[in-house]
Amino acid sequence: MRCQVCKKKEATIHLTEITDGVRSEMHLCEHCAQEEGIAIKSQLSINELLSGLLATQPSDDELFGDTKQELSCPHCGFTLTQFTKEAVLGCPYDYEVFEKSLLPLIEKAHNGKTVHQGKVPSKMPTDTKKQIKLTALRQQLNAAVLSEDYELAAKLRDEINQLE
Amino acid sequence: MKLTDISSDINEWFDGSGPLADIVISSRIRLARNIAGYKFLSRCSVAEKSEILKKLRDILMSLELGDKIFYLSVDKTPVLDRHLLVERHLISRNHAFGKGPRGVVIAQREFFTAMINEEDHLRIQMLKGGLQLTQCAEQINRIDDMIEQRIGYAFSPRFGYLTACPTNMGTGIRVSVMLHLPALKMTDQIEKFLNASRDMGLAVRGLFGEGTEAAGDFYQLSNQVTLGVSEADIVAQFENVIIPEIVEYENAARSQLLSREPDVLDDKISRAMALLRNAHLISSQEALFLLSHLRMGINMHERMGASTPAIEKLCKTTASGDSNKLGGLSITTINRLFMLTQPAHLQLNCGKTLDAAHRDILRAKIIRSALNG
Repeated sequence: MRCQVCKKKEATIHLTEITDGVRSEMHLCEHCAQEEGIAIKSQLSINELLSGLLATQPSDDELFGDTKQELSCPHCGFTLTQFTKEAVLGCPYDYEVFEKSLLPLIEKAHNGKTVHQGKVPSKMPTDTKKQIKLTALRQQLNAAVLSEDYELAAKLRDEINQLE
Repeated sequence: MKLTDISSDINEWFDGSGPLADIVISSRIRLARNIAGYKFLSRCSVAEKSEILKKLRDILMSLELGDKIFYLSVDKTPVLDRHLLVERHLISRNHAFGKGPRGVVIAQREFFTAMINEEDHLRIQMLKGGLQLTQCAEQINRIDDMIEQRIGYAFSPRFGYLTACPTNMGTGIRVSVMLHLPALKMTDQIEKFLNASRDMGLAVRGLFGEGTEAAGDFYQLSNQVTLGVSEADIVAQFENVIIPEIVEYENAARSQLLSREPDVLDDKISRAMALLRNAHLISSQEALFLLSHLRMGINMHERMGASTPAIEKLCKTTASGDSNKLGGLSITTINRLFMLTQPAHLQLNCGKTLDAAHRDILRAKIIRSALNG
């Protein structure tokens, strides 16, 4: 078996980790294992987290039998199997195409969050910008109500009304 | 501009200045961006990569940054030079030894770099000495705005900036702070710090040296969550909560050493000094480990007024080439030794390639001559 990182040398270190019931396997050569800090007990790398998470998803084969072809992105031809191997996506549209499969992984990687808050390119249409701002304000409003900061909540509500 | 112009001295962010610079070495903010209308790099042909590279290079080279900027084709740069760029934290190891057409734009004073065709089409970063995250954030945001005027980024209203790996999506921001925490290590509290950081969802890495082992007690702390939190909130959390707290712990550990175990402290500093002044062979790991103790001693003297016998002696050491302070060893000298005794720095500055054994000889010689006045 080849090392899954450098894909050149023979894998001599085989590691199975079970985190929160999620099983993941790593097959590395000695050099890459050292680079990944495996020798010294370390956190599961991001890549492994990703492939581990995806491994828990039922594959299309399991769902529909092996007659059904694996979903591939119409823009770049990318498949989820490739993602589990490479840990990077093929093109920006993959986020849309594979949204269902990616969401649990996105949630796990980002502490339960799945909606962008923050900078928006100035070239975005004003409508979209307004929607993002509204989503952010509503989240802040919820937090303010939960923490019983009614003064802030009232201010946020005014802001939301104005935008709407 | 040639790399040998910068290889003979430390970068500006490592000169020992900046807020809390005794413990916070530097602040760095990196943004990951991709150009709309192109596939991510793993699915780009060489021709497409070259096209992206040219587009971004043209835009970046025309930016007004208030400093001279230069460009390097990383794939055509000699291996030793690439190592140098990694040692100076200007590019990542992945970028240095990746595949295909790729480049880096560097501001001469090394506070700004832009990696083109690393994992994402574009990764821009701002680096400053000490705790200066807000300033980094403002400046990198302004540069990002300027680039965005000229080219469309891949962006979705729901998922934010779209990155090749979903771990960077949303804001695409990576906030990293490099910390020197020798007293937490000496008082056996470093594991507590590492565990607490991990519990908060932060990544901890070693700053110098390879792999994850933190050589010389330098740690790099960075955020992992990039989606669903604004850039401003991430930066504020680091600058106002996380880092000040760690600095406080490290300072408390230093005070504890001073009041309860001055002999342990003095032993570490005196041994480090004795070895560094006399060794004829020294590996980079050992040098980092020992220099770390000197750095702590000088900082404890300058910031806390510590004056144990070993610290007094250390601070009276006359170092060669130390122009910053009359008759005493300065932080700048120590920082310079950290930087210039790294493998690629040693070789580029002496003008030839050296194997590990010869590097250990040269490293020891440079340190001896710096510390023996």
